[in-house]
Amino acid sequence: MLSKKEIEHIAMLARLGLKKGEAEKFSRQLNSILEYVRQLNEVDTDGVEATSQVTGLENVSRKDTVLRFCEKDELLACTELPVERDQVKVKSVITES
Amino acid sequence: MMHDLTLSEAAAGLQKKEFSSVELTKHMLERIKELNPRINAYVTLTEEEALNQAEEADKMFGKSGAVKSPLCGVPMGLKDIFNTRGVKTTCCSRVIRDFEPPYDATVVSKLRDSGSVMLGKLNMDEFACGSSTEHSAFGVTKNPWDLSRVAGGSSGGSAAAVAADMAYYTLGTDTGGSIRQPASLCSAVGLKVTYGRVSRSGVTAMASSWDTIGPLAKTVEDAALVLQAIAGKDRRDSTTPDVSVPDYSKNLGESIKGLKIGLPKEYFGEGIDPDVEKALRAAIKQLEDLGAEVKEVSLPYTKYAVAVYYIAMPAELSANLARFDGIRYGSKPAGAVTDMIDYYYHVRSEGFGDEIKRRIMIGTYVLSAGYFDAYYKKAQKVRTLIIRDFENVFKDVDVLVTPVSPIPAFKIGEKIDDPLSMYLADVFTIPVNCAGVPALSVPCGFTSDNLPVGMQIIGPQFKEDLLLKVGAAYEQVTEWHKRKPVI
Repeated sequence: MLSKKEIEHIAMLARLGLKKGEAEKFSRQLNSILEYVRQLNEVDTDGVEATSQVTGLENVSRKDTVLRFCEKDELLACTELPVERDQVKVKSVITES
Repeated sequence: MMHDLTLSEAAAGLQKKEFSSVELTKHMLERIKELNPRINAYVTLTEEEALNQAEEADKMFGKSGAVKSPLCGVPMGLKDIFNTRGVKTTCCSRVIRDFEPPYDATVVSKLRDSGSVMLGKLNMDEFACGSSTEHSAFGVTKNPWDLSRVAGGSSGGSAAAVAADMAYYTLGTDTGGSIRQPASLCSAVGLKVTYGRVSRSGVTAMASSWDTIGPLAKTVEDAALVLQAIAGKDRRDSTTPDVSVPDYSKNLGESIKGLKIGLPKEYFGEGIDPDVEKALRAAIKQLEDLGAEVKEVSLPYTKYAVAVYYIAMPAELSANLARFDGIRYGSKPAGAVTDMIDYYYHVRSEGFGDEIKRRIMIGTYVLSAGYFDAYYKKAQKVRTLIIRDFENVFKDVDVLVTPVSPIPAFKIGEKIDDPLSMYLADVFTIPVNCAGVPALSVPCGFTSDNLPVGMQIIGPQFKEDLLLKVGAAYEQVTEWHKRKPVI
């Protein structure tokens, strides 16, 4: 069972700010989903390989050249934050504790 | 009426100059303006661009030999998850509510090159997460057959637009059933392609090892035409294998005599609405009458597919949605923030709806240290067993026939507070995505409440042409796909 405290920790890891009462609500809903998916424990998977790709492709490589999707100015125009010297200006990342 | 036409009929009319693309486009725009306030299929209408594209198409029709595609000049709509350069692409989420992509998705470029006319962008569950379009930040899409019911999801807008003749065809995405289920609930044809058959470049990723792109259309023939235009290898999407693209229209109309059809016993019986089962049984009888050989088969791991999906999908989703942080694109927080972490908290808690938050948290949890093996790795192993189920059964039969959804369109609000019951609506579509095989949803009847029922035809990887042939053979002897809702 995921406790309210664990939900708050997971939310912090995922950078989701929770509103008042949300931890309780999500704890209830997530626990019912996790209880459902735990039925996989009854399946014997000894010696079974894990699948991460379904059509059998492996290590697809290409020449290390730049493919142009769009122009720099168009990309920078996507941000709502200030742009300085072609860089997006954000709040300080390291703060005094 | 012009909006009643299929894509093939509209293309033929344009070719014969019975009407121009501008006339067709104006007519459709008028219809959308009339119906959309009630149905909410479109979230953005691109009137000016559509008319410009229609004028360009008409110029092509004026030059002999210039028109190369049956899609030229025919108006369509795109799920709002496809990047369209300079046209708002929101994934129906507040987190990117004003985002205008600087480039087109590969499939959008291909449709542009074929001379298509884009009417607008279509409603969906936020980031394609849902089975009802109720998780859209822009309101639910109503089912054209009963406005008190959902259109399905996540491509609910794409299905409703086709069913209500508000587009000749649309594109959707299918990660766990998001094309087939709404197609079934709205009485449209919907094709989920083999994983990698259609490029996903420029389409916002939900769960990368599951996501596919495909058409929703009024007929199987039309779906084949759209697939032809969008299928193939793309150097911008390394998951598109170098498998040749056949002529998808070539086998349409051929007999299915001798075709071996498997009916997986796990897809019938308990939990299925009796009217849905009745419609399916009648459809199977018709396939037999067409000369197909039907036998019962078993895919024993079917019942675990939803559980596999609700571990692996949120894991991949939580990683994919980490990029929505309101920095390079997306909306800033409304109020003041203290530092960078606080900025993320605000952007993501204000921007994402509850369903997205739930899935991100499940994904974060199952990928976290100490739980990875118990959940994610276990799910990937069971996924292997589900894939083997399909490999084994396709040694014995050519295609499988099943219901698309165990239930017809449900009431708006009915499942919104019970995420798990919503998830179980996809119990027959998710196994297909597990195995990366293609499946076609074809209208096959109505319930006693006049709600559409869909039949799912599943085939081996890269056998879309076979599915289309079977669907077309069925369509030729039935009228279900011609029924129209009274709106």
